[in-house]
Amino acid sequence: MSKNTVSDRFRKVDVDEYDENKFVDEEDGGENQLGPDEAEVDSLIRQGNLMGALQAVLKNPPINTKNQNVKDRAEGLVLKVLSSFKASDIEKGVQSLDKNGVDLLMKYIYKGFERPSENSSAILLQWHEKALSAGGVGCIVRVLTARKTV
Amino acid sequence: MHFVQMKTKIALCPNNHDVHIYKKEGNGWTKTQVLKEHNGQVTGIDWAPESNRIVTCGTDRNAYVWTLKGDVWKPTLVILRINRAARCVKWSPKENKFAVGSGSRLISVCYFEQENDWWVCKHIKKPIRSTILCLDWHPNNILLAAGSCDFKCRIFSAYIKEVEEKPAPTPWGSKMPFGEVMFESTGTAGWVHGVCFSESGNRVAWASHDSTVAVAEGGKTAVITSLSSETLPLLCVTFITENSLVAAGHDCYPALFVYDGEKGTLTFGGKLDVPKQSAQKGLTARERFQNLDKKATSDTKEAVLESLHKNSISQISILQGGKAKCAKFCTTGMDGGMAIWDVKTLESAMKDLKIV
Repeated sequence: MSKNTVSDRFRKVDVDEYDENKFVDEEDGGENQLGPDEAEVDSLIRQGNLMGALQAVLKNPPINTKNQNVKDRAEGLVLKVLSSFKASDIEKGVQSLDKNGVDLLMKYIYKGFERPSENSSAILLQWHEKALSAGGVGCIVRVLTARKTV
Repeated sequence: MHFVQMKTKIALCPNNHDVHIYKKEGNGWTKTQVLKEHNGQVTGIDWAPESNRIVTCGTDRNAYVWTLKGDVWKPTLVILRINRAARCVKWSPKENKFAVGSGSRLISVCYFEQENDWWVCKHIKKPIRSTILCLDWHPNNILLAAGSCDFKCRIFSAYIKEVEEKPAPTPWGSKMPFGEVMFESTGTAGWVHGVCFSESGNRVAWASHDSTVAVAEGGKTAVITSLSSETLPLLCVTFITENSLVAAGHDCYPALFVYDGEKGTLTFGGKLDVPKQSAQKGLTARERFQNLDKKATSDTKEAVLESLHKNSISQISILQGGKAKCAKFCTTGMDGGMAIWDVKTLESAMKDLKIV
């Protein structure tokens, strides 16, 4: 059959963009969210204060920002802290967090699963197990239903 | 499966186009009538106890009001003017109006127009941005709470001047023109599956898909208290006293939640379904091997739900005592089962359960 010579660019149009009823999330002003303080977290890790580092890295989560770099940096920092924990201390680390902290930790864990590096998944799985026993399946449901996440 | 229960009668839809009416006979239920009129799955049923009328709505974008003529239920079509499926329907407390939530991102409030002898509807559209999943009326017959897929629980005014007087002020506000948003929730994410006013109407509770349950108290600024639960999302919630909620959902058991207005806290009060522990049977070597073969584990725990309901509970209805002093409530689920729970029995069966 002869080749179609008419343009088929229309096939690549995202029709959802033109839907007048398209659901747009509320803007929450995330321009000033910078993520956890890298310097503070690094110094706490160097001092060996891992509990403190955990608390620090879970501060200022870049939830509302559209800046992908900020989000990537935050994730990298969290991964650094999670990896520096000894396996036996993970449970204590999770216990030191409040409900919101556990939810936020679970968000970072699943974000970490998305881009695995050499040993990250194994460490994240250990943290996942402890966070699950603290937060229950409800915690995971909140990761899945969050419109704006880390 | 949707169902509504009157004292001795039940109307339910077994997920098809029909509504079945059952009557209680002795200890069992017998089917007395089948209402056939809908062209699509019946998604909502509500039975008005005083006027003895049933309203049904379905995916065929229609609603019917059924009145009993002798022994037969006669349907009257109500034009909802929606272009998507209807999802839920509720009679107002005075039974002179009913509201239908739909996928058309609006609520149809219907009332009967005497002169033309038909049901007319008015639409509440703004600021709803997605399907309405659940509705509940305030006792003043004017305010309507609606839970939606746009992650919000809202209270609207459904004041219809043709059928009622101007309402007195409530904690939710004093000016209530039709369609006015008296309250919009913040702080919870996820589709709002279930919504319920307390008996006084001063509080509204809702259950969201992000595994949270929340209570808002009306006032100059509404106070919202929410609880992130550790369980799977809840699908339905109801007040059983002014301070206690029963909610149930994908975990297949009803649970108690206690709201403390003074402290502003919402806490988990306990599971209401404590299954009797079945004796642990020992596994024979053959069974172990079969387990290993089938399920790749020789674990002795069977993957069987121990709760009464074997699938998600989709609806909770108060049977006796009203929302202030509920004595009995009923749960129905996706397993097609209906269970009646007695509050006094639950209180005595579970030591730490306190219903305030």
